[in-house]
Amino acid sequence: MKRLLQPLLSVLLGLALGLGVTALAGENPWTVLKILASGAFGTGYDFGMTLFYATPLVFTGLSVAVAFHAGLFNIGAEGQLTMGALAAAATGAILFRVASPWAPLLAGVAAVLAGTLWGAIPGWLRARRGSHEVINTIMLNFIAAGLANYVTLYLLKNPESQNPETRAVGDGYLLAPFSWLGGAPVGWATPLALVTAAGVGVLLWRTSLGFEIRAVGQNEAAARAAGIATGRVQLLAFALAGGLAGLVGVAEVLGNVGRFRVGFSPEYGFLGIAVALLGRNRPGGILAAALLFGALHKGATSLDMETEHVTRELSLVFQALIILSVSADGLWSWLHRRRSSC
Amino acid sequence: MLIQLIGSTFRVSTPLVFAMLGGLASERAGVVNLALEGMMLFGALGAAVGTLATHSPWLGALCGLGSGVLLAAVYGLVVLRWRANQVVAGMGINMLALGLTPEFCKMLYDQTGRTPAIPLAEHFQAAPMYGAWIGVALAWFVLRFTRPGLWLGFAGEHPGALDAAGISVTRVRWLAVLASGALAGLGGAALSTFSSSFFSRDMAGGRGYMALAALIFGKWRPLPAALACLLFGFTDALQDRLQGVVVWGREPIPVQFIQILPYVVTILVLAGFVGQSRAPKALGVPFERD
Amino acid sequence: MAAAPPAAVELRALSKRFGGVLANADVHLRVAAGTIHGIVGENGAGKSTAMKLLLGLLRPDSGEIFVHGQPCIWASPAAAMARGLGMVHQHFMLAGAYSALDNILLGAEPVRGGMINRRQARTRLELLRQQYGLPVDWDSPVERLPVGVQQRIEILKLLYRDANILILDEPTAVLTPRETAELFANLRRLRNEGKTILLITHKLKEVMAITDQVTVFRAGRVTGERVTANTNPTELARLMVGRDVVLNLAVAPAKPQVGVALEAADLHLAGPAVGGRTRLAQVSLQVRPGEIVGIAGVEGNGQSELLQALLHPRDPRCRTSGTVRCLGQDVTHWEAGRIRELGVALVPEDRHREGLLLERPLRENFLLGWQRRSPFSRGGFLRPSALTSAAAAAVEEYDVRPADLGLAVGRLSGGNQQKLIFAREFQERPRLVIAAQPTRGVDVGAIEFIHRRLVRARDEGAGVLLVSFEIEEILALADRILVLYEGRITAEFARGEVSEAELGLKMGGS
Repeated sequence: MKRLLQPLLSVLLGLALGLGVTALAGENPWTVLKILASGAFGTGYDFGMTLFYATPLVFTGLSVAVAFHAGLFNIGAEGQLTMGALAAAATGAILFRVASPWAPLLAGVAAVLAGTLWGAIPGWLRARRGSHEVINTIMLNFIAAGLANYVTLYLLKNPESQNPETRAVGDGYLLAPFSWLGGAPVGWATPLALVTAAGVGVLLWRTSLGFEIRAVGQNEAAARAAGIATGRVQLLAFALAGGLAGLVGVAEVLGNVGRFRVGFSPEYGFLGIAVALLGRNRPGGILAAALLFGALHKGATSLDMETEHVTRELSLVFQALIILSVSADGLWSWLHRRRSSC
Repeated sequence: MLIQLIGSTFRVSTPLVFAMLGGLASERAGVVNLALEGMMLFGALGAAVGTLATHSPWLGALCGLGSGVLLAAVYGLVVLRWRANQVVAGMGINMLALGLTPEFCKMLYDQTGRTPAIPLAEHFQAAPMYGAWIGVALAWFVLRFTRPGLWLGFAGEHPGALDAAGISVTRVRWLAVLASGALAGLGGAALSTFSSSFFSRDMAGGRGYMALAALIFGKWRPLPAALACLLFGFTDALQDRLQGVVVWGREPIPVQFIQILPYVVTILVLAGFVGQSRAPKALGVPFERD
Repeated sequence: MAAAPPAAVELRALSKRFGGVLANADVHLRVAAGTIHGIVGENGAGKSTAMKLLLGLLRPDSGEIFVHGQPCIWASPAAAMARGLGMVHQHFMLAGAYSALDNILLGAEPVRGGMINRRQARTRLELLRQQYGLPVDWDSPVERLPVGVQQRIEILKLLYRDANILILDEPTAVLTPRETAELFANLRRLRNEGKTILLITHKLKEVMAITDQVTVFRAGRVTGERVTANTNPTELARLMVGRDVVLNLAVAPAKPQVGVALEAADLHLAGPAVGGRTRLAQVSLQVRPGEIVGIAGVEGNGQSELLQALLHPRDPRCRTSGTVRCLGQDVTHWEAGRIRELGVALVPEDRHREGLLLERPLRENFLLGWQRRSPFSRGGFLRPSALTSAAAAAVEEYDVRPADLGLAVGRLSGGNQQKLIFAREFQERPRLVIAAQPTRGVDVGAIEFIHRRLVRARDEGAGVLLVSFEIEEILALADRILVLYEGRITAEFARGEVSEAELGLKMGGS
């Protein structure tokens, strides 16, 4: 119960502060809240869009969480998902003629592999060279962005578009959206996210490898003394984290636009950190947090259109305030303080 | 051509140098500062708004400094008072700045994501460039020869020793974080009133992280880190110059490869392939008296 | 009769409670000016709490503190310092990257024109150095100086601030006997110059050697105050422990079998070490099945390095050359996990750092290291029911309290944590036991249990390697004793072949 309380209160505090900002901007916070809610859940289409934004966040949230359980910070989900999406798009554009059941599978595997590889780099650097993963993953995000730019502009440019994007993938690659969500681009990627979350849960708490990952994260020295190959476990955890982030490519490329667009991600990778943190690094919590952040994102786009003084960036403000308040342990210490006074 | 390139290298690296000094202040005191990016954004907007309102870039820069300090105070509150994880909180601060700055533009100017342009006569010509390097010299002097510098260094190397000497670690770290905000704010001011003449959404564009990389590259020492900023600035300037230039064959040079060079180098440095970089011992560790 | 001069330090009826634990209860302490006063007690007896109260690092719940006759409850450590109190902590408060000079100056820098006046400070330190005979190289980074010199810097730090009451917390733990002798000479000189010294220690021999008076703590209370000349180690030990201490467990002679449980040949570990000591050089040793081999030595003479080299021979950070054979196999290039699976039980030297997942429940700690073995794992998946039944049985057998498998291990006492480690490591009969500091920070009852368990493992045919800083423990348990000094094995004895005094000398390198 107490475990739930801190995230819940953090969400409330974050929302309240964010609404305070809108009040400062001259909007009625109550109206803003209503627009947010109806923008996110008002119609089947709205809810579909909320799910559409939430799906990548589940993948990146899981990615951050798996690394976190191994005691590692994955700030690199953004780069990993970029490589994943790029790989999916490239596969679909190059092997254009592959037909339906195999094509998405092939592109999906490519996305996961690319993400895995991109995740393995900081994992390897940490395990073998001892260099800290935070700066490395940030640098790799920039490198991934640069490489993706290059591939998009020079190797796979879409000649029919002014935008920086790759050629379209073959029709066989596209996952059709579910018809009952008012045309929102939500297809099999969303159930895939649910299954993946369950799989991560089983892996971490029901397998020997999962136990090793958590042991390394809890106490690296003790895990090492117990004979666990800590370097390998860290490398594996980071590769896994990369693969999970790579799955965003499936949702974006196969489930949505059928190509790689430069800058398609509204910081899914960074938001994944917030999702994992808010969800306490548990699959169930991550699903709930991803849904909340998806709703905020969708709701804020409606704010942009339906109010005078509020921009869509407000969703970032809400999300940032939620992150800050959920991470501020000392702010909630009164919740836990019962035993001693010293 | 070369002279021009050197000139633009110094210009381009100016915001980076300021932000790096901000990172230096906080990290040498033992507080990780990923929030430089957000502080720069705040500083950039503050300086633009200040200059537009007062028609003086100097007062504008002061506003930028103040805006940086304001955001740093939020960061300090969250990580020093409430002991949030410094990496997470830093990312949170950056998101906050990324979201709030366009909102402020909307409120103040009813424009989405940018401010009106600052008239040419009212923005800086060269002062920030000199300022940045005076700052580097000052930082070196302060760390090496003055009492605040010594305390700052101990807060990062061995806070327990500082505490045992009767000096409040928390207070030293607070001042360091606020100084960090001031310097990063000036870096932002250089972006909006020196490198360009307006504020636009996400205009820091990762320079905060770059500054941090330069700091690590320079082993957390002012002069080497400033030189790293110059190197990063150079690749930036070079890439600008080579945009669309055809040197070999028929295709223009893919500038992306020059663009990613600093990041690759940073990773190699961190991995110990190119020299070794040792972080302050207590970096990222909240101080607790046992 | 003239009124006695006020004591340098006097604590009256001091009490301090942490949650449910009474760390100090009605503590009275009187330290005469110009004396060396020993404060002894076991781990957790309340010595450190009393000193923290005295220094203003903690505030008492009740009671009074007098310094030179004046009542004072400090608002801050700085206030205590201003009144001439200073402490040399067990873990030095020195920033390794900074020079000795800067470390000493910190917080008391002479400033002129905005700059630290290092020249003035240096002049002053030269004077102190001449007065007390404490030579130090002012300009080299502290991390390059030997441990003994680092300690000297800590003392100079206090003298530089005009401290006249010096508190030293376990100052000899990391010193060689020779460095200890130098320290004691310096302390006597300081006392003769009029300083008052409080020496916190658990080594009774040192108390007898250097103090004028001694106060004994047990379980948060003062159990005795003696003039050193009028007491003896046996009496002090009884006051510390609360009953007569049997320091010697009767251990039957070993019946070593043929064969080799563990063999290391010519182990080296090169590289930078604290204070420039050798890390490991030419270490060769052999443990046969059915015997206990003890590694004796002062802390910091290569014990940790040796353990790491034996357990992780493949890792270049642990071993630069040499070979390791274990239970009939050349394991030099094996991974640690594979070595452990041969039947190696490990009691790590620091159970918090290397033995346990403190925030995780007993159940998971029991699994640590066994997560891929039958019956806890099948096809890569864990079997919670098998784990629960095995853990419950082991926890009962080893009397770990409380026997709650869901409880976070960090909430157990030191002794119970150690018993849990034994329960885990001995769940299959081990063929080689490596036990490092097995009784450090463990209560007396658990010590006896642990010693018996090690002897039983030996009698069941396991080879046992015992690493300990405690001479008594080595002498009582080991069938053969190897002395580790500055990273080398410098002497070897059979059981009964060496006296405590002689072993102590060997540990100091003579």
